[in-house]
Amino acid sequence: MKTTEIAPRTTKVLGKNKKHKVLIYALSTCVWCKRAKQLMNDNGIEYEYVDIDLCSPKEQEEIKNDIMKRGGSIGFPCIIIDDKTLITGFREDKIKEVLEL
Amino acid sequence: MTTLEKVRQRAESDARTSGCFLNPDPLFLKDLLEGLKKNEDRYGYPSCPCRPATGKLELDKDILCPCWYRDPDVQEYSSCYCGLYVSKDMYEGKTKLQSIPERRPQEKQARALGVTREIPIPKPSAKAAPKTEGMKLWYCKQCGYVCYREEPPYICPICKAKKEMFSEIASG
Repeated sequence: MKTTEIAPRTTKVLGKNKKHKVLIYALSTCVWCKRAKQLMNDNGIEYEYVDIDLCSPKEQEEIKNDIMKRGGSIGFPCIIIDDKTLITGFREDKIKEVLEL
Repeated sequence: MTTLEKVRQRAESDARTSGCFLNPDPLFLKDLLEGLKKNEDRYGYPSCPCRPATGKLELDKDILCPCWYRDPDVQEYSSCYCGLYVSKDMYEGKTKLQSIPERRPQEKQARALGVTREIPIPKPSAKAAPKTEGMKLWYCKQCGYVCYREEPPYICPICKAKKEMFSEIASG
């Protein structure tokens, strides 16, 4: 799998399925976050992720503000699809529905 | 540096005394234990692998594994938030493991992000009484085990009687 660093802490994972824009705020230690990334990998979905526990306090602050601005609650994984749908937690059925899997 | 084996033994021992079980999926369990080990190595204590920690014990103490939310979560959803501890039903495969809602208050979650050294850490005042609100004394009607907590344990750690075997001891 190809990954490209596009911003200090954002990793882009290339995939064939580019139908939706997917961003995952995750924790590097979290098993549910790992499952969310795995679901994208297994379905060839292109996505970006940030492991927030590896971010600086300033970056964490920005991510927190981004989640709250979108009306989300602080919980991980936080999956943002097409800049409009925010899913908190690894809710597999919901994620698949929005990604049309 | 701690070892994965130490982390595993601690979790196993805690499961035994609390009436919970460890996640029966060996790969899932290994990932969780590795997450706990990573947190212990970098923060000095095993904070929940699925929640943001600050590295400041005072702010993270509620998510020290086993977290304050484990027992009510195992009771309500058959597993804790990260999936390390599960109920007997889930251990035996009768209930499917899934991601559950966050019980930790949002202000604690939000406070954990963006912590810098400038932010004062609330210190417990010497004058303040320890938290007693909602805390009760419970005893096991089968073996007499007594504990002080909000809810009786899921299973008696001594005789394995179910939660229903616990009665409140009226204070005063």
